[in-house]
Amino acid sequence: GLFVWRLRNTGVQQIPYRFVPLYHIANDRLITFQYFNFLKRMYVTQYNKDLSQRAKPKSDSIESPFHEPQQLDQGKKVAHKISPLSPVHQSWSETASRNELREMKSAAETEDSVIPVGAESKEDRQWKEMKLRLDDLPGILARLSKIKLTALVVSTASAGFAMAPVPFELTCFLLASLGTGLASCAANSINQFIEVPFDSNMNRTKNRPLVRGQISPLLAVCFAASCGVPGIALLTLGVNPLTGALGAFNIFLYTCCYTPLKRMSIANTWVGAVVGAIPPVMGWTAATGSLDAGALLLGGILYSWQFPHFNALSWGLREDYSRGGYCMMSVTHPGLCRRVALRHCLALIGLSAVAPVLDITTWTFPLISLPINLYISYLGFRFYRDADRSSSRKLFFCSLWHLPMLLLVMFTCKKSVLEKEDKGDLPGRSRERAMEIRLP
Amino acid sequence: PPAHSHSDWIGPPDKHSNLRPIIFYVPPEESALEWRLREARQEAQASNQRFWALHNRAFRQEKEEFIYSRLKAKGVEMRDESGQKATLNAEEMADFYKDFLSKNLKKHLQYNRDWYKRNFRITFLMGQVALVRALRWLRQRKKNIEQ
Repeated sequence: GLFVWRLRNTGVQQIPYRFVPLYHIANDRLITFQYFNFLKRMYVTQYNKDLSQRAKPKSDSIESPFHEPQQLDQGKKVAHKISPLSPVHQSWSETASRNELREMKSAAETEDSVIPVGAESKEDRQWKEMKLRLDDLPGILARLSKIKLTALVVSTASAGFAMAPVPFELTCFLLASLGTGLASCAANSINQFIEVPFDSNMNRTKNRPLVRGQISPLLAVCFAASCGVPGIALLTLGVNPLTGALGAFNIFLYTCCYTPLKRMSIANTWVGAVVGAIPPVMGWTAATGSLDAGALLLGGILYSWQFPHFNALSWGLREDYSRGGYCMMSVTHPGLCRRVALRHCLALIGLSAVAPVLDITTWTFPLISLPINLYISYLGFRFYRDADRSSSRKLFFCSLWHLPMLLLVMFTCKKSVLEKEDKGDLPGRSRERAMEIRLP
Repeated sequence: PPAHSHSDWIGPPDKHSNLRPIIFYVPPEESALEWRLREARQEAQASNQRFWALHNRAFRQEKEEFIYSRLKAKGVEMRDESGQKATLNAEEMADFYKDFLSKNLKKHLQYNRDWYKRNFRITFLMGQVALVRALRWLRQRKKNIEQ
């Protein structure tokens, strides 16, 4: 298991939005988790509070984008790494390894390198013509824009939209999501454009389109512009100027502040956390048109989440960072790295408790979320104390499911707009009314 | 790359620098602008190759030295009975990584500045070349239509 994980985990890096790609690991818990992830991507709009069927799009981590983070495209593991796994299979049962291979195959299909085992390393050694093939283009652009990370970013924005205390408007929601997605694509493309020689030298990122010469830098920039400009325009004109401004600011922050800062100072982590916190704020402002305390709280939760997530991740990548010249806390200030991760785990507990104070959720939210917040804080404490690979891994994997779970719980505990208005009514009736108004 | 090809060819990653070398196609009637672009790309490629090959080599060397000195301090041989190379665990290596990064920070800052400048210049030239080519193609089409 460990061996498998290590192979998978090479080069998890800065994540644009500090999200890490889905891990396909032959671990029962995680296999169902993956499946659960895919389910969660769909909106089940059954407005029934008791069942809480409304599955929110999960914002899980795929390394990432807006912050790919540096690490973000995580060890989606390059396909050629799958071959060394065969010795490990001997220790597993037949079915387990078959499952694993199936998972890996399905994973590989959605991965950057879609090539089967063996063939890829051979192809890699050949000289390739630098001509753009149109049928390859969608795949190349998907990888350039870090589409999976973008999807996660859009889902955090949707979470922000859903949590806003206003009646749900479908068109606004779709426009906001599309605009955010386009902005994220643009930012990720520029990030890859800037970092070609560095990406070549890090295991996690060496199969990106620009590194492999599958697309020219000019085309990458044009693509970024053709995503970014319409995206921001869509947000500004189709939603509201505030959301557009936040989107533009976030692109700027990610490409012009975070990306260069990664190689200059450890402050990049904090900037990257802000980059990750802005999409839910954008979702909220798209719905309400103003920056209220609720938006900031949601942003704050995502901001705090980035630290345990990213710091735990970066703990295993110290060699690549050191050689690549990236200034990360895990390399230069390891003590600070762990302290900050723990601090922000605890902050999550505090922030969850503030939610009902601001009338965003009922008091059930801090209570229900307490177990998961305590658990991640416990892992954060273990990471702080032990400072080893296994504790960093545990914390990282916990952060992967912690955030979607937290957002889901938050949504189910959301204080209904109407409940606040007609306080005197019976709960049943107000729910009915809510259903009437919310369904089109 | 084959002789009849009209495009650039990109190869496998270099052993030392991890960068992929590009063989640039020289069109028979290369304009001054296209020449400038090709020169800029070749120069950037050479400079990147130099930097990373040296840098990675230094990293590997210093890592070996560090492992050797630490193992010696611990009193452990470089190779144990089975002939396997002795290594240090991640926590012990962390000191080395921290040192290496801080030693090379200035070098990286300089390289970053150079790389950003080169990258933007190359992309800008690419844009200019593409524009000129597009205009030429449009003019050619107009001529064909008029004929």
